[in-house]
Amino acid sequence: MKIILNGEEKDIRATTIAEVVKVLGYEGDYFAVAKNLVCVPRAKYAETSVAAQDEIEILMPMQGG
Amino acid sequence: MWELAGKKFNSRLILGTSRYRSPENLREAITRSGAEIVTVSLRRQAAGDGNKFWDLLRDLGVTFLPNTANCRSVQEAVTTAHMARDVFKTNWIKLETVGDEFTLQPDPFALLEATRILIADGFEVFPYTTEDLVVGERLLAAGCKILMPWAAPIGSGQGVVNPQALKTLRARLPQATLIIDAGIGAPSHAAQVMEIGFDGVMLNTAVALADDAPKMAKAFAQAINAGRMAHESGLMPARSFAEPSTPLPGTPFWKTKQA
Repeated sequence: MKIILNGEEKDIRATTIAEVVKVLGYEGDYFAVAKNLVCVPRAKYAETSVAAQDEIEILMPMQGG
Repeated sequence: MWELAGKKFNSRLILGTSRYRSPENLREAITRSGAEIVTVSLRRQAAGDGNKFWDLLRDLGVTFLPNTANCRSVQEAVTTAHMARDVFKTNWIKLETVGDEFTLQPDPFALLEATRILIADGFEVFPYTTEDLVVGERLLAAGCKILMPWAAPIGSGQGVVNPQALKTLRARLPQATLIIDAGIGAPSHAAQVMEIGFDGVMLNTAVALADDAPKMAKAFAQAINAGRMAHESGLMPARSFAEPSTPLPGTPFWKTKQA
């Protein structure tokens, strides 16, 4: 299934956000996820489904002013 | 000590974490300035090597003020705020909505709309705004307790472009916490806004790009303290003409006729 991950098309085997995160190798608590421009809280990763062409954004802390 | 959004702080300097030459340089700047609040952001990053920046920040034990830098729309800003809350475990958000690419001037309409949404969601919104009084009033009416007006465009280091407008803002909004955000280039600029009665100063580039960032950070901290003390002490009114500071009567040759 193809999703848009951080702006780029990505082929992935996953049906939920929890699976997306796991397959991609994100660990720990220092990242946040949005699906189709809406934030998915950490507690809802397992119950949030992912469909083809969904836009998934995964962000991490960075320097900011 | 002063209170910001229900927390007590000693330092009135909020330091940005961007553009330092090294993580060590950033760490030293934060420690030497005594800054207790730092701004942070979010970006796309592939999984793999953890996040060293995050590890560094957590070790410092500072309070995080995440921003929504570079967000163009209400939706982008709101979602970024939610994501920041998820990562940084705080309801504080420095809300930025870019309205103009050249000046990075905030879009006041998007800012107000996003503010309303986020306040309803339980956020403590720190809106990055211009010196416009009515925009400030609307943001306060929407539930903000804090405003972050610019002194000049972000990263420009121009100092206070419109001092009269900032004085007006302070005078008309005495109940608001006003923190200058952006455009500060020198410690004297920071002292100037603190003398006017602003509650704090947020800056980044002026420290990060200094030859000696930690030393400059400390210089800013001292200038901010000096400005605050001056404000609390009550500045003398300016006069158009001289007034002798040494009492005239009794000075040598007072009222003697000169040959």
